[in-house]
Amino acid sequence: MSQGAVGEPLLQVDDISVYYGNIAAVKGLSMSVPQGAIVTLIGSNGAGKSTTLRTISGLLHPKSGRITFEGKEISRSPGHEVVGMGIAHSPEGRRIFPRMTVDENLELGAFTRDDKEGIAADRDHVLELFPRLAERINQKAGTMSGGEQQMLAVARAMMAKPRLLLLDEPSMGLAPVLVDLIFDTIEKIRESGVTILLVEQNALAALRVADYAYVMESGFLKLQGPARELAEDDEVVRAYLGG
Amino acid sequence: MTTATAVEQAEMRIAMTRKEAVGRLLGVVLLLGVAAWLVLNLVTAPSQFFNSLLFGIGNGALYALIALGYTLVYGIIELINFAHGDLFMLSTVFSGFMMVYWLGAEGANPASWAKLLLTLVLAMGFGATINVLIERVAYRRLRRAPRLAALITAVGMSFILQWVGLRWNGSAPRLWPTVVPEGGISIGDVTLQYSTIMVVTFTIPVLLLLTYVVQRTKQGRAMRATAQDQDAARLMGINVDRTIAFTFALGGAMAGAAGLLYLEAVGTTRYDAGFHLGLIAFTAAVLGGIGNLAGAVLGGFLIGIIQGLNDGLPYGFGQKWSQTVVFSILIMVMVFKPTGILGQPTVEKV
Repeated sequence: MSQGAVGEPLLQVDDISVYYGNIAAVKGLSMSVPQGAIVTLIGSNGAGKSTTLRTISGLLHPKSGRITFEGKEISRSPGHEVVGMGIAHSPEGRRIFPRMTVDENLELGAFTRDDKEGIAADRDHVLELFPRLAERINQKAGTMSGGEQQMLAVARAMMAKPRLLLLDEPSMGLAPVLVDLIFDTIEKIRESGVTILLVEQNALAALRVADYAYVMESGFLKLQGPARELAEDDEVVRAYLGG
Repeated sequence: MTTATAVEQAEMRIAMTRKEAVGRLLGVVLLLGVAAWLVLNLVTAPSQFFNSLLFGIGNGALYALIALGYTLVYGIIELINFAHGDLFMLSTVFSGFMMVYWLGAEGANPASWAKLLLTLVLAMGFGATINVLIERVAYRRLRRAPRLAALITAVGMSFILQWVGLRWNGSAPRLWPTVVPEGGISIGDVTLQYSTIMVVTFTIPVLLLLTYVVQRTKQGRAMRATAQDQDAARLMGINVDRTIAFTFALGGAMAGAAGLLYLEAVGTTRYDAGFHLGLIAFTAAVLGGIGNLAGAVLGGFLIGIIQGLNDGLPYGFGQKWSQTVVFSILIMVMVFKPTGILGQPTVEKV
């Protein structure tokens, strides 16, 4: 596995600002994601969390600042190249391909890869993580329930064999049982050696699985710290986490 | 309260099914009428019937080739590429000049056939190149603009190509000698034209190949993913710009091939040939279900056959009413099945 130098974080975001036209969605954000960690980025609606993820995965580009992954600058790389570098993104709203089968969606997740055996092994692995998908393997993805679509979105991202997995609101709109299942799976994915950057509105659930947390508010970074400390700080919970 | 809504809902369901039943009945009656008309013609004038049918199939194959260009582009970026018919027209002009002037094909001999084949390849390359250029210069920048902006740009592009055709080909129809001889294989009074054989033997394998590319290859998978969600496709590592360009190249190659085949079948072209045929091919794509490859082919053959039968049969409306019949059928299909014959309602689109 290729990694940055010892002590260097897997992903480093330095002072990025991201604009939609004239409107700044992210203002001077810096953060780092260490190898093997689950880092969460929380905050209310419109805080700039999804924009940050979209910028890391190359769908958007920062107006200023830089993003480095494994020591290599990626802030200017187009989206379709970033996934090949080892960053997979399970986007907000699932964005699965509705008119394709579950299997075809998984195949597309591995689009940049050529190693047939590796792809087959990873397909088995994600179907083990989400047995429900194995049952639905030939079903059109658009006909599945929201929870199943979310599982597919995560599984599809895993098919790229990423070293960094970006998860955008994987618990959105799911029943509590499914939320637990998704968070359990996130921990399992980390145990398999994948670093995770998790964006969540369900802040308390995110803080439970994460090692480190960043809190955003209207484009700015407001707070950061070990997830456990933030979760236990009553003032923080009241002010930012809706507790 | 809840019971009242339940009753209301039940009533609405019944009303819906009644409306559907009436619609279906009307459709069945219409189809039966058409069938009766076909049988009447078949019995009273069998040779005329088959000649018209074969003629219609030849035209239909051409419509299908052009319709594929509309449907491919619509399928991937939801743009009705109004310039597509004019690209076909430019391809007819290119084919004429290439084969007769520049390559010097003359009469039906082996050398000319080789030149015909070479021109076919070159015309496909020509159509693909022009279409990719159009996408690069005009449509790519408008991908995130309101849809109307791209649509009106396509109309503008159509005029530009027409004027190029006017300068290149002249304002009058230009006659070209064809390599494919006139006439055909006759069984009794029924004649299968050589040009029809040529058009169909080219079209069918191309359609199969295209279906294979879209359904089975990695490039095709990238096309389908891009059609459904461009950003998600990017996240999979798909180069969306290149995939869209590839789609335009495919559509353009179809138009290029159609250009040569049309010239061989008809022997003449004019700067506005693309407007007329483009509109019919577009109708074919909509009739079959726009965005659906098999639908474009089905729609093309259907319109070709309907036109052929209407124009050639003793109890038909005749050539004067050809367009009226075609577009009346389009309107009827749209009323009964707005998504086209093979089209699926795109419920998942927001």
